[in-house]
Amino acid sequence: MSLIVADGLTKTYTKGAVSVEALKDLTFTIDRASFVSFIGPSGSGKTTLLNLIGALDRPTTGRLLVSDTDVRTLDRRAAAAFRGHTIGFIFQEFNLMPVLTAYENVEYPLLLVQRVPAPERKQRVLALLDAVGVADQQNKYPDQLSGGQKQRIAVARALVTNPQLVLADEPTANLDHANAALVMSTMRRMRDSLKTTFVFSTHDPRVMAEAEIVFRLEDGRLVSRDDTGVAA
Amino acid sequence: MTTLIKIAIRNLTRYRRRSLLTASLIAIGVIAVVVFEAASGAFTGLMIGQMTDAMLGHLQVHRRGYVASIDNLPLTMMLTPDEVAVVEQTLRAQPGVESYSRRLKFGAMFSNYTETTALRLNGVYPEDEWRTLPLLASRIKQGAATLQKGQIIIPDLLANGMGVKIGDTVVVIATNRDGSVNAAQLVVSGVLANVTGPSGRDGYVHIEDATTLLRMDAPEISEVAVRLKDFDQLDQVAGAVRAALQQAKVAGQIGETEVHTWEGLSPFYNVSVLINILALSATLGLVAIVLVSVMNVMLMSVYERVKEIGTIAAMGTMPRTILGMFVIEGLSLGVLGILIGDAVAAAAILLISAIGPTFNFGRETGLVLSPQVDVGRMLIVSAVVLLVAVIGTVQPAFKASRMEPVEALRRG
Repeated sequence: MSLIVADGLTKTYTKGAVSVEALKDLTFTIDRASFVSFIGPSGSGKTTLLNLIGALDRPTTGRLLVSDTDVRTLDRRAAAAFRGHTIGFIFQEFNLMPVLTAYENVEYPLLLVQRVPAPERKQRVLALLDAVGVADQQNKYPDQLSGGQKQRIAVARALVTNPQLVLADEPTANLDHANAALVMSTMRRMRDSLKTTFVFSTHDPRVMAEAEIVFRLEDGRLVSRDDTGVAA
Repeated sequence: MTTLIKIAIRNLTRYRRRSLLTASLIAIGVIAVVVFEAASGAFTGLMIGQMTDAMLGHLQVHRRGYVASIDNLPLTMMLTPDEVAVVEQTLRAQPGVESYSRRLKFGAMFSNYTETTALRLNGVYPEDEWRTLPLLASRIKQGAATLQKGQIIIPDLLANGMGVKIGDTVVVIATNRDGSVNAAQLVVSGVLANVTGPSGRDGYVHIEDATTLLRMDAPEISEVAVRLKDFDQLDQVAGAVRAALQQAKVAGQIGETEVHTWEGLSPFYNVSVLINILALSATLGLVAIVLVSVMNVMLMSVYERVKEIGTIAAMGTMPRTILGMFVIEGLSLGVLGILIGDAVAAAAILLISAIGPTFNFGRETGLVLSPQVDVGRMLIVSAVVLLVAVIGTVQPAFKASRMEPVEALRRG
């Protein structure tokens, strides 16, 4: 059963008379509970593709189903609601809110997006912080945390809403090797326990090795799919 | 809502210096407006009190056209005794009227046997006049604060200029409505300080002396000065008296009359209007300060937090929540400015009141300025500031709420 179905997906940016085709005729599927990486050089279209899958942007042509929802049909509010209930995001620069503590950052989507009642909120936030190994840092503000701690909190924030899909754009790009490995193992462990689908982009060979399925993008085209990690 | 307020306050403390600077700017505006309004209100209140309680009364009733000719003190535009009775009946029927005083005003020549000058005289029933003008007694700077038949209270201009003293006998000469000239010998019983300045030439005689001097069979009345129980009910009472007198006219009981509040009788009203315009200008200045400073700081805030906006939008935060987040932040800034401004302004007003600075106005010296903390007025100013703070925030907040998350994440 596929969580993501892309069929003839293209994305073209137009500015004045100039058009740039960022994604060209992509067709692929991603199953639920997969641990998938899109790799490729800068400008290959990784971030653009993740933005489309995350309903942050709309494809120019083609069909894109995410959890059986055609993301092209979503208006602004519907896309926000869809993201809030279906997708978690992890960013390269962590993007934690600097005025909120680690606990409050993880709590934010439950509080202001999903409006979950307080007792359940607390239980879920503490469970996630514990699961990603930063429970003891919950009262600290982002500027008091290391990069690895921030990214693990970002992982907890992405997972706290019980999304079907987590999208991570270069999640280890700002981390050293040890922290990158820790974050990747955390993500993988969370996938194993929660059965959440993880899709991330990277050009870090060490991170690629963690993925079960690796899609290679070049110049906006999907040039290969490597499923060897699944068997491994 | 609590979370949005918490985030707003933390974001304000995050840019502490900028927030304090903006809040201080708002506070200074609030202080300027509140203190100016309190001081100018105290000044105008004091001066209106002087005018109404020592000279004019709160409102006056005349025969129609009298006020337009008041400089000539015409004896041809009087209220007859029957008409005065109707006016009195009307005033007694008004629950808002505390007292009234009938006046027979006329021009006369004043002589101390060596010099003669012109004088404006008010023939009054002393008890009524004193009751209607409670500050009149304080204007009598020499002599007794009473008036008997055969006595005259003269303005200090005449007392000083002609060397007349308490107890002196003087002669008052007047021409009546028919053109006959008559004179009366009166004893100076008091010297009256003038409210409006050194040119005052108004004196007082008993109404029976005035009636005799003008050879009237019964006193005719130039004006009826009225004091109200509650000054704030001025327009309502004036309207009710006007309507009642109009009804009496329709019923044929009285001729055409006119009712003027103090505003239509004293040039000081124009000064008070000018002061109110200045207060309004200060308020508009405050509005401009709040609008520009809040809008500026919130626009900066939005531009500096584009990535944060993109992040929370990507997480599924609805545009209205993002809008609310920034509006509450601007509102909090306004509240901070208001709290500081109101507190400092109240302290400043209490301090001024405690010091009690004095000033002179006309020939009145040593008037004490005693501004009061007007909570109602402060609430209005605060509400205006809050409203303007929200208006100043709406555009930046709307801009933030309309950001495309993908664009915001890219730009941030």
